[in-house]
Amino acid sequence: MVVKGGRVVDSTGSRAADVVVVDGRIAAIGDGLDGDEVLDAGGCVVAPGLVDLHTHLRQPGREEAETVETGSRAAALGGYTAVVAMPNTEPAIDSAAVVREVLELGRAARLCDVHAAGAITVGRAGDRLAPLAEMAALGVRLFTDDGNGVQDSRLMRRAMEYAKPLGAVLAQHCEDAGLAGGGHMHEGAWSSRLGIPGQPSEAEELMVMRDIALARLTGARVHFQHLSTAGSIAMVRAARRAGLPVTAEATTHHFTLTHEACSSYDPVFKVNPPLRTSEDVEAVKGGLRDGTVDAIATDHAPHAPEQKELPFDQAPPGMLGLETALALALTELALPIEEVLALMSWRPAALAGLDEHGGPLAPGRPANLCVIDPTATWTVDPGALASRSRNTPYAGRRLTGRVRHTVLHGEPVVVDGEATR
Amino acid sequence: MAERERRHTSPTGGVFIARSKVLSDADVQRALTRLAHEIIERNHGLDGVVLMGLQTGGVWLARRLADLLHRIDPAAEVPVTTLDVAFYRDDIGLRPVLPEAVTDIPLDLTGRTVVLVDDVLFTGRTIRAALQALHDYGRPRAVQLAVMIDRGHRELPIRPDYVGKNLPTRRDEVVDVSEDGVVLGDLVPKGAGPKGPGSKGLVR
Amino acid sequence: MKHLLSIDDLGADGIEEVLRLTASFVEVSSRAIPKVPALRGKTVVSLFFEDSTRTRLSFETAARRLSADTMNFAVASSSVKKGESLRDTVETVEAMGIDALVVRHGSAGVPQQVASWIDASVINAGDGWHEHPTQALLDCYTIRTELDRPFDSLHVGIVGDVKHSRVARSDVLALTALGARVTLVAPGTLLPPSLEGWPVEVAHDLDEVLPKLDVAYLLRMQLERQEDGLVPSLREYSACYGLDIARARRLPEHALVMHPGPMNRGVEITADVAALPRTVITRQVANGVAVRMAVLFLLLGSGVVA
Repeated sequence: MVVKGGRVVDSTGSRAADVVVVDGRIAAIGDGLDGDEVLDAGGCVVAPGLVDLHTHLRQPGREEAETVETGSRAAALGGYTAVVAMPNTEPAIDSAAVVREVLELGRAARLCDVHAAGAITVGRAGDRLAPLAEMAALGVRLFTDDGNGVQDSRLMRRAMEYAKPLGAVLAQHCEDAGLAGGGHMHEGAWSSRLGIPGQPSEAEELMVMRDIALARLTGARVHFQHLSTAGSIAMVRAARRAGLPVTAEATTHHFTLTHEACSSYDPVFKVNPPLRTSEDVEAVKGGLRDGTVDAIATDHAPHAPEQKELPFDQAPPGMLGLETALALALTELALPIEEVLALMSWRPAALAGLDEHGGPLAPGRPANLCVIDPTATWTVDPGALASRSRNTPYAGRRLTGRVRHTVLHGEPVVVDGEATR
Repeated sequence: MAERERRHTSPTGGVFIARSKVLSDADVQRALTRLAHEIIERNHGLDGVVLMGLQTGGVWLARRLADLLHRIDPAAEVPVTTLDVAFYRDDIGLRPVLPEAVTDIPLDLTGRTVVLVDDVLFTGRTIRAALQALHDYGRPRAVQLAVMIDRGHRELPIRPDYVGKNLPTRRDEVVDVSEDGVVLGDLVPKGAGPKGPGSKGLVR
Repeated sequence: MKHLLSIDDLGADGIEEVLRLTASFVEVSSRAIPKVPALRGKTVVSLFFEDSTRTRLSFETAARRLSADTMNFAVASSSVKKGESLRDTVETVEAMGIDALVVRHGSAGVPQQVASWIDASVINAGDGWHEHPTQALLDCYTIRTELDRPFDSLHVGIVGDVKHSRVARSDVLALTALGARVTLVAPGTLLPPSLEGWPVEVAHDLDEVLPKLDVAYLLRMQLERQEDGLVPSLREYSACYGLDIARARRLPEHALVMHPGPMNRGVEITADVAALPRTVITRQVANGVAVRMAVLFLLLGSGVVA
C-alpha cells in the first residue's frame, strides 16, 4: 500500500514524499513510489498517528454511553492510532483481570491501539494502593484515579515511592474534594449569577502544589491531567524550571470554551475540571505554546443522551473529544501543524512509553499514520459522530482540518473519512 | 376607540393623517346636548340612569354628557362610571390588547339603566365585550348605547340608541374623535407619508 | 414575550408593564365575581418538583381568575424518580395540549432547559438558587403601592442568606433595573462567591444600615445552613442579623419590613415585628395573585407582538 502525494511531517522534519507500507511496517519513504493499494494524500499532511493520553471508553460497566469498539472507531476517525483508556470503569481497572479484559476488547476491535491506565488505589476509593506491579507486568505504564484525585497525601507519597522503581507514571486528576465541595462549574462571576454551586480554581491548584512538593520529596514522576487554571500552569512552569520531573496535559475544551458557556444551563458544558475564565484559557494556550504543557489530551467522556438531559447539577460531567480534537487544535491554537502534531502525537507517545506510536516515520518503523487535510472545513453534527453518545459542546461549530485516512499497523482503518469497520 | 386602534393596530405604530373635518368642536357640543335631551326623553327622566364611559374614548364624552344632564336637570345625580373591556375582547391573540386604565364601577348596577358611552361605533365587538363585562357587575334593568359617531361596518347585531352623527366610511379609514371635533383620515405606517409641517395637517 | 425565566427577560420597561397590568388585576380580584374571560380555552399546568403549596395555589388562582383551565403535577409526590429523564416528563405533559407550564425545581436552570424542549410558554416559579421572577415582581408592586415613592429614590436592604436565595437574585435584578439602591447585608459565608457585575453595595453591620433603609427585606434563614457549617449557629445569626423590635425601631418611620415567606419566627424575624403594621408580608401574598394574573395575561392573552 502507498500513501501518495502528501507532505510527511514527524519529529525530525517535514518533506513531500510518498510512504510505502508493507506487512504493518513502513517499507520506504521517497518520491514517485507505488503500491497495490493507493491512499490519496494529495494536499494532505502525513503524520504519525495521534496518541490520546486520556480517554474514557466506558467499558466495562457503562456500555450504553460507549464501548471499547465505538470509542476506538471515534478515535480512529479523529486520527488517533493509540489511546490510553481511563480506569473509572465498572469495575475499575485496578487488577490484572480487568486490564486483560480491556486490552482484549481493544485488540478485537482492531481500530486503534487501546492501552489501559490502571487505578492508583483499589476501586479508585483513595484508601489503599492497587496492585501496580501486577498491572505493570501487563504493560500498564500510566496510573491514575481519574474522576477523583488522590486526597490522602501520605497515600500519594507511598504511591509515588512504590511506582518509581516500576518505571510507571502516576497521573493526577487534581481536585481537592473538600475545597471543590461538589461544585458543578467554575466558582466565579458566572456561577454566582446562575445560582450554581461552583468549585474555585484553588481546588485544582492545591493538589498541583501538593504533588509538585511530593515529586520533589520522592523524586518520582508525576503527570498532571487536564490542567485548567492559570495558577496551575504557572506552578508547573516553575517546577519544570527547577528541574522537577513533572509533566502536564491540557484538553481541547480548556483552550476553546469558558464558563460563560454554562449560562445556557445545558449540561453538555458541564465537565471536571470545569470550564474556566478567558484568562485561564489564554494561560492554557500559553502553556501549550511554550512547552509547559507537554500534550493535548481529549478527556473524551461520553454520556448517554438521557444523562445529559438532567438538571445541570444532576447531570454527570464530561464531554466528547476524540473526533474534534485535531480540528480544534488546528483552528484555535495558531500554531504550525508541526507543533500541533508534537502536542498530539510524539510527545504523548513518549509520555505514555508507546514506542510504536508517535513516529519518527522511517523504513522499518511500525506504520501507524494519520493523513490530515488541513484545509478541509466541516460542521460538527452530534448525530453524525461515531461515538455512541452525543455530548459534544461543539454542535454546529465550523472547523478547519479533517482526518482523511488513518492507518493502524499498516492497515487502513479510516479511508476518505469513513471507518473501514 | 379610534385612539386605541391607532396605537396598537400596526406593530410599528402609525401616524394619523387627517383628510377631512366632519364635525367642529361646536358641532360636537351641539350633538351632545341633543343626546342628553334624548336620554332624558327615552327614560322619562333620569331615575336610575348610570353613565358608563368605555376606556378611553368614551370617558370624556360620558363626563360631558353628565355635565349637560346636570344642567338640564339639576336635581338629578347621574353617576359616571368607567369600564375597560380589554379582558373581555373576543379578538385576543388576533390584535394587541392591553388595558388602558382601571375599571371603576363603585356601585351596584342591579335595577339600573346603564347608558354605555363610546366615541365611535364600528364593528360592535367592543360593545359586545362591554355587555359581557357588565354581566359580572350585577343585573341592570336595561342597557342603552350612546355614541358620537356610527361609522357602519357592523359585524354583530348591535345598534346604538343615541347617535351624534352617522358617518359612512371605508373600512380602512380612521375616525378621530376629540374635544377639537371629529376628523376622518388614514393611518399611515411610521416612516411613510408626506413630509411637511406636522403630520396632522388638514387637507380639504 | 414567550417565557418568563428571569427578570432579565423583562427589563425595566417590561417590569413597568407588569406593574401597570397588576393594578387592573387587583381591581378584578376585588370584584364580587373576581373573574374575566381573557384566557378562556387556555390550559396552564403547574409542574412543581419542589413542594410549595402557597406559590402553586397562587398561580392556580391567577390562572382560574383569567378563566384558564388548570392542571397540577405535584411531581415531588409522584413516581418520577430522581434521574428519570426530565425531558421525558415534560414532553409527556406537553402532549396533553397545554399553553403554559409553570415550573418550580430545586435545580437552577431547569425552566430554561424545559423552554428549549417544548412549544408552550414557560414561567419560572423558582429554580434552585437562581431566580423567582414573580416573587420579585410582587415585591416591586408591594413597594410601589405601599410607599408610593419613585424607585430611584429608594434604598432597599436585602438581609440574610443571599448566596442561596433565588428571591434575592431576582429582587436585585428587578430593583436595580427600576433604579433603586440595593444593599446586601449578610455574614461573609452567606454572600455569593463573586459579586462581579452586581450593582449592589455590601454591608455586614445591620444596625448601622437600618436607619438608611426604605425597605428591610428579610430572607429566610434555613436550618441546613447551620448544619453545613455556614454559620456557627442560628442563635448567632439571629443575634447579628435577626430583626427584633429594637432593630425595627431603628428603621425610618415610613420604612417597610418585607419577607418572601414562610417566616422562621425567632430567627430572621421576631413574632412581634411580624405583627407590626409596617410588616407587609400578607400584602405581598395578596398581591401575588394579581401579579401572576398580569404575567399570565402578558404571556398568553395580550397578543402583543413580541
